[in-house]
Amino acid sequence: MEKYRIDQSKGLEFGLYTLGDHIGDPFTGERISAEQRIHEIIDLAKLAEQAGIDFFSVGESHQEYFATQAHSVVLAAIAQATSKIKIASSSTIISTSDPVRVFEDFATIDLISKGRAEIIAGRASRIGLFDLLGYDVRDYEELYEEKFELLLKISKEEVVNWKGKFRAPLNNARVIPRPQNGSMPIWRAVGGHAASAIKAGYAGVPMFLAALGGPATSFKATIDAYREAADSKGFDSKTLPVATAGFFYAAETTQQAQKETYSHINQGMQLINGRGYPKQHFAQGADSRDVMNIGSPQQIIEKILYQHELFGHQRYIAQMDFGGVPYERLMKNIELIGTEILPAIKKYTAKK
Amino acid sequence: MKIVGLSGSIVGSKTRTAMDYMINETIKKYPDVEVVLIDLADYVVQFSDGRNYLEYEGDTGFVTKTIMEADAIIIGTPIFQASIPATLKNIFDLLPVNAFRDKVVSMLVTAGSPKHYLIVEQQLKPILAYMKAQIVQTYVFIEEKDFHRKEIVNDDVLFRIDRLVEDTVVLTETYTTIREAKEETYDF
Repeated sequence: MEKYRIDQSKGLEFGLYTLGDHIGDPFTGERISAEQRIHEIIDLAKLAEQAGIDFFSVGESHQEYFATQAHSVVLAAIAQATSKIKIASSSTIISTSDPVRVFEDFATIDLISKGRAEIIAGRASRIGLFDLLGYDVRDYEELYEEKFELLLKISKEEVVNWKGKFRAPLNNARVIPRPQNGSMPIWRAVGGHAASAIKAGYAGVPMFLAALGGPATSFKATIDAYREAADSKGFDSKTLPVATAGFFYAAETTQQAQKETYSHINQGMQLINGRGYPKQHFAQGADSRDVMNIGSPQQIIEKILYQHELFGHQRYIAQMDFGGVPYERLMKNIELIGTEILPAIKKYTAKK
Repeated sequence: MKIVGLSGSIVGSKTRTAMDYMINETIKKYPDVEVVLIDLADYVVQFSDGRNYLEYEGDTGFVTKTIMEADAIIIGTPIFQASIPATLKNIFDLLPVNAFRDKVVSMLVTAGSPKHYLIVEQQLKPILAYMKAQIVQTYVFIEEKDFHRKEIVNDDVLFRIDRLVEDTVVLTETYTTIREAKEETYDF
């Protein structure tokens, strides 16, 4: 775990992530400028650090209603504005990027942040960016696998000799700068399907699992499959961290939390996927067995601890800003995380 | 309420004839209902390549978005080679999983042979159920002999179409009312 900068004696890591969506507030109809949204994301990272939150990450999305297409640039600003919090992408679409450039960017962010940068590499849930960036979506699978492999290779070897299908060959290429301590954690982003988790396991690479809603036990099956796959290829799954990512929102009561967040999530889904979030499913999300961490601080603590018991994961990251949640309410959430949720989670999950 | 009539084939005239009658009846009996007909013969729809339905452009984007915005869909389809036409299956492939959640879907079928009567039951309904449609269980099965020179000549067929329209509207209202009543209890 040290290789991935995880210290389990400090308990489950708690992080925040944003997709960088740029959506109006459904309650007021107001949409802030992209400039303001980006600044609020940077400020949020600063606040998160002050509250003792371990991790902050920003995603890359190239469709309408997003503002952090150049997520590595935003992360560089966060690196400069903070001093302790770990920072990463959530995720970097490696399929449509040049792994050399991605490594250069993140190694630089690692140097700016003095050893706090990580890469979470995904394959895109939408395909508009294939057209935008000049790739053929028919190569979806192969692009991801080839480029992810190259990224790992660059991370392991400073001088790279490589030949592949989607990029010019590298002959004794030195990819610099190098991260502060020689390497930085690189994770695979995994969606709901166990098949994708199994591939991460075969690769022996740490996994970031999106777990937005649904019974926690079904995500446990995916995590088990990942670990089993890793062990079957001769890796030791006990040395491979697992992180989960999902919806989060805390308020005084669960009812209030649901009331304050449903319209945002519903609208965000409606705009981005074309369909809202069914109320019935959202209502079920309050059940202690559901992975959706929306509720009172006490209920969220119980849920995260239950999930930790099931998953044995090393990091949980919360998405609380989806769908135009106003900044004041994000600040309030950070306060609840820092004063109530984080101390309890750390207390019960620290490994002695 | 928004109803989309979807005529699922790009060849032949019988399905379109039946759909035209169905649409006219709907407009006559339910002037408040917004109803549109999408006849796939009028559009150039590409094959599904797996992208989100919002990302299709041109006719394909128009057809997928129109269907997704509907409260109810009345599918009209012929039977080809003992199955639904590929053009209709392609529409399903273009749409997301659970595309018909909170939608009522009903069907009318035209076929050259009475032997095809169960095709809808065995091949179309399972697809709609998988996509979470509230299915109007009774469908209208229309045979070759019920048509003459692009008109329906069997009053029984006309009566059955009238009932199909009524069932579609009534069930859409009913399911909407049930859902809204349930959602009101949630307090968010």
